[in-house]
Parts: sequence; structure tokens; C-alpha cells
Amino acid sequence: MSMMRLMGLIRKEAYEIVRDPSSIAIAFILPLALLLIFGYGVSLDARGIPVAVVVDHPTLLTASFVGELRSSRWFRPTNYPGEAPAEKALTDGRAAAIVWLRSDFTRLALSSGRAPIHVIVNGVDANQARIIENYLNGAWLAWLAQRAAGEGIRISAPVVAEARVWFNPAMRSRDYLVPGLIAIIMTLIGALLTALVVAREWERGTMEGIMVTPAGKMELLLGKLIPYFVLGMGGMLFSTIMAVFLFRVPLRGSISVLVACSSLFLLTALGMGLLISILARSQFVAGMVAIVATFLPAFILSGFLFDIHSMPRVVQLLTHVIAARYFVGLLQTIFLAGNVWSIIVSNCLGLAILCLLFLGLAIIRFRKRLD
Amino acid sequence: MELSLRRIVALAIKEFLSLLRNPASRAVLIGPPIIQLLVFGYGATYDLKHVPFVVYNQDAGRLSRDFIARFAGSPSFELIGNLPDQLALQQAVDSETVLMAVNIGPQFTSDLERGRTAHVQFIFDGRDSNTAALALGYAQSIVTAFNRERLPRNSGVPASTIVLDRAWFNPNLESRWFIVPGIAGILTLLVSMLSTGLSVAREREMGTFDQLLVTPMNPGEILVGKALPGFVVGALEATLIIAVAILWFKVPFTGSFPALYLGLFCFLLSAVGIGLMISALALTQQQGLLGTFLFMVPAIVLSGFATPIANMPKAVQYITLVDPLRYFLIILRASFLEGAGVSLLWPQYWPLATIGIVSMIVAAGLFRGRLG
Repeated sequence: MSMMRLMGLIRKEAYEIVRDPSSIAIAFILPLALLLIFGYGVSLDARGIPVAVVVDHPTLLTASFVGELRSSRWFRPTNYPGEAPAEKALTDGRAAAIVWLRSDFTRLALSSGRAPIHVIVNGVDANQARIIENYLNGAWLAWLAQRAAGEGIRISAPVVAEARVWFNPAMRSRDYLVPGLIAIIMTLIGALLTALVVAREWERGTMEGIMVTPAGKMELLLGKLIPYFVLGMGGMLFSTIMAVFLFRVPLRGSISVLVACSSLFLLTALGMGLLISILARSQFVAGMVAIVATFLPAFILSGFLFDIHSMPRVVQLLTHVIAARYFVGLLQTIFLAGNVWSIIVSNCLGLAILCLLFLGLAIIRFRKRLD
Repeated sequence: MELSLRRIVALAIKEFLSLLRNPASRAVLIGPPIIQLLVFGYGATYDLKHVPFVVYNQDAGRLSRDFIARFAGSPSFELIGNLPDQLALQQAVDSETVLMAVNIGPQFTSDLERGRTAHVQFIFDGRDSNTAALALGYAQSIVTAFNRERLPRNSGVPASTIVLDRAWFNPNLESRWFIVPGIAGILTLLVSMLSTGLSVAREREMGTFDQLLVTPMNPGEILVGKALPGFVVGALEATLIIAVAILWFKVPFTGSFPALYLGLFCFLLSAVGIGLMISALALTQQQGLLGTFLFMVPAIVLSGFATPIANMPKAVQYITLVDPLRYFLIILRASFLEGAGVSLLWPQYWPLATIGIVSMIVAAGLFRGRLG
């Protein structure tokens, strides 16, 4: 391997990057846009859920319950005169749930002490429906305690669950979305940057020109990897700065561990992109495969949005070949918890295996031959 | 502008050939979306199952065991151990062995028996706060059910109960019914945009687009010819995906196919239009691909696929108005679950058609504008 030839190849690739600014855009504009959208836009915390309230027979008791809903920040109750208009509101999407106090509510509450509050939710978004149900239960318990206090009786719920959420006590959704998102962005950057570079040379016919040079296989591969590695780490640095200084996500682990883990991950992602590029030979196929094999799996199967434990066993096994899975775990731990070595070592091991696999396959499949 | 059908058909045939001639590109158009639908359909779920948890129970009484049994017996949680002390509990959370740890104090049973409030500490791993928040909700509903049975009856307090009568459209609250139609929308966007996003860029890169411009074809004909393959491929792919959603995932289809396909038509118009616009702007395939990506990723994130649009800040909600996927997801979910017909879906059709027509006009203008 000749250092001079390698430097020459790196310079050539660097010129390609500078000449077509789209790869610089992917390294810096994509993180900027996505972090802003996620950091400010995406949240699973519902506020002001529109609720249709139907009270068949208004009394002081029903008024106090509706008042409790109104004072809750989760709900935005609207009164409807009957069940039919409320159901229409639910169908149109103007209400997410119906709370229905039937005509015998007050009588049953005062006599038997078991008066039903009927709830109908729109179940299309099952997760949202479940959240609404929990909030309603909370409002109901608060109302009950308040009523009891008014009667001079102290009843409180028999069991009070004191929830503590470690590492993110305020449950700021930004704090966990941003590290996970950086993992997804880096997956994109890594694969997209390299996915096209070898396929492009085949398609444009410049590969033949390179073949007649004395440059060896390793020099060619390193010449492709190194410039994009530098660009990718630039994107990582940029994303981390945004996370820490703009979104105020705590960085509790050490920077050296973060740099080491990111380098390992980026190498894996670039290796995968390079392998796709070598196998595909056409930019269309390479681009399609890069998107299908990287972005969507990283988005859905990495544990960033959906819990891996809840997936069927077969799908859980599949997540082990998705590099983003390890990086999501690493970043969430490094940012929010600190240097927890058991997690860092096991995830880095997973990454290292994938990295060797992708780069090894890339070396084997990359031939200086026309066929 | 006069469009000649003969010229359009000729160009469309050429486009189809360049898209499908290569076996590899044929394979990537058909295979991966179906595989992804299957994998993601199973993988993407908000219904928690087997969330691992540990217990540090300092109470020897019957009630604490009953309390724990409700968690261990729930399909959402899986008890993986009883721990001897607080330190072990802390380690279990730190090392991500468990997502939830329950700490029950020594007075639990006696407090309850004397009518006092028993406090139970629940610790969640906030690194994965999304799942932690879901698990917290599940835990709270188990605690509420426990409390309901123990609340004093006839204590002079006008008590009541919350009764969840029905969950409309999805009685068992299966999040898969919500997510699978969403994945169908994402995959349709992906296939249709990718098959158009590179088409003009490829010709520019190879230099054949200049040749196309000097033929008697006008920009309108080029536009239609270029749009057709993405349109047809997208429609076929969507049909296949919808069939898998209905037949394999058994997501109930309660709406009407004409309403769904009118929506699909409008959606493809906008997806192909935006794809062509990006393609016409791009000088190389790399730019085309990256442009497609820069559009597609935010479009998916802001579509309401994984997080409700209503939870987003107002400013971001306005941005979602130009996201075609937003409208198509509503059409898909309404057609599958809510039994919506054409009349109910009008508010979704016309924005899609508008986005489609505007982007196509811009694309046609760019064909000549970016020569060289």
C-alpha cells in the first residue's frame, strides 16, 4: 500500500464531495432539519384532548365532575346535548372521546355508590386511546378524593404509585428523542454518503479508468472510506453540539467514549453503504437498497420509537443485525445515564461484529475486474 | 399546450424499460416493500408485551403478593426476579436488565388493612422514555384496578366508577390496526418517489435529457411520460401492500375501495409530482436521491405515522399541511377502520390534488429552466 496513492485517491474523492455539494448537505442540512423537527415537533404527550361530554340530567354532582375534567390540563371538554351529536363529533374527529353521565347517575351515586361513568373512545389510534383512558381514570380519582374531602371524610386511594423516571425525571421527550434521532441521522449519513460512490463509478465508466491505475484494492476502498468518515464525523459533531447547546440534552458520559462509539458506528454504517454500492453497480438500485435497508429499519426496529421487548421473537432476533439498534442504546446511555460499562461493552461488541462483517464482505466482493 | 398521445406512450414505454430492464432494479422495486411490510407490521407496535420488571418487596403480607401478582399476571409485564435490596434494584435498572422496578415498603399490607394509604415506588428507565411512559400508563391502570376493588363502599361518599363502554373502530385497542395502514402509506410513498426521483436526474447525468428536449416533445408530454411509470408502479405496489394488510394482517377493511383508490390516485399525483420536481432540480442522480431523502424523511416523521399531529406545536402543524403522506394516512386509516366513504374524505382529496398539480407544473417549468 502506498501512502502517496492513497492520499491521491482521498484528494480525488474530496474534490467529488466539494464539487457536488449534495453530500455536504446530507451531512449538515439533514441533521439540522431533522433535529429541529424532532426537537420541537414530535411528542407523545397529549394535551387538551377534545372530549365530548353528555350529561342527561344535570345536577350539582355531575357539574362537579365536569368541572374536574375542565380543570385538568389533559382535557378540553365540550358539552353536547345528547348521545347522537356527541357520536357525530367522535366520527368527525372533533372529539377523541365521549364521557356520558346518564340520567340515573346522581341517583345511583347517592344510593348504591356505584354509578357508572360511561366512556367511549375513538380506538383508531390504540395508543392514544389508552392514554386518554388513563388520564380519565386519574381525573376521576382526583374528583373522588375531592368529593370525600368535601364531606369531611378523608379518603385517598388505597395504593399510591410514586413513579420515578430515572435519567429523565421530568420525562422531557426531547431528552430521549434527540439521542435516538442522532443515531438515525448517522445511519442515514453513513449509508447514503457511500451507497452511491462505487455504483457511480461503474455507471459513469470511470471505474475502468481507475482499474488501469496501479492502485490496489485496499487503497481504493480506504480512499472511498476516509473522506466520508471525516464528513460523517463532522455531521456527528454538529448534531452533538445542537443536542447539547440548543436542546439542552444532558451529556453525562464522557466525550472520549462518545467519540469512540460514534467512530465505530460510523465505520459500520459506511461499510454497509460501501457493500451496497459494490453489490448494486447502479445508482438507482444502490439508493433504493440503502433506503430500504437503513432508514426504515433504523426508524422502526432500533428501539427508538417501538419497544424491542414487545416485538415477536423472530423480529427481535432480526434487530440484532441492525446497527442502529446498538447505537440508539449507546447514545441514550451515554447522553442520559453516563458511562455504564456493561451496556457500552455489549453494544460495541455487537457493532464491531457487524462492522467486520460489512467491511470484510466489501473487501471480498470488490474486484478490480471487468465482468 | 397540445399533448400527443402517441409521443407520450412512446416515452412512457421507454421509461418503463429503463426502470424494469435491469433485473436488480426490478427486484428492489417489488421485493423489499413486501418484506418490510411483514417485518415492520410485526415489529412496530405500541402494545407493550413482556416488559421486564423486578420487585424489591419488604412486606411479608398477603396483599403485597396479590399486588405483585397482578403485574406478573399481566401480558404487558414479565417478572424476572425478586431482589434482596435497593442496591440490586438500582443495578438492574442501570444495566437495562429491566425497564421497571417496583419497591414495596414494609408497611404495605398493614397500611392497607388499617385503611391508610400505602405508597409504592415505581422506578422506570427514562433512557427509553417513550416505552417508560407507556409502561407507566399500563402500571397505573393496574394500580387503579387494584384500588377500585379496595375503595370503601357506602362510606357516605357518592362514589362512581369509570366504565369504558367501547373503543370505536378498534374494540381491542390493537395498535397494529393503526400502524399497518401507516406502513402501507410510507411504502407507497417510497416506491413512487424513488421510481420518479431519479428518472430525470439519470438522463441529465448521462446527457440524454438534452436530446429529449430537442425532440418534438413538449414539456407537458415529457412530464406525463416521465410520471406514468412511477404512477403505475406505485399503484400496483400499493394494491399488493393493501392486499397483504387485509389478507395477512387481517386489518379489517370497512370502507369503500373507490374512496380508497380515489385517495391513492390523488396521493400518487402528489408523490410523483414532488419526485419529478426534485428530479428536475437535480443535476446528478446523487442529488436526486439526496433530495428525495431530504423530502421523504420529514414527510414520514410529520405525517402522524408514529406520533399524533395534534400533539405537535402549532407552527409544526402548519408545516404538515404540505405533507402528502399526512392526508393519505388519514384516508388509509379512515378507509380501513372507520368505514369512511368518498364524501367524508373530500377534505383529504383536494389538498393532495393541489400539491400534485402545483408540483407537476413547477417540474415542467424546470425541465427547460435547468438546461446545462
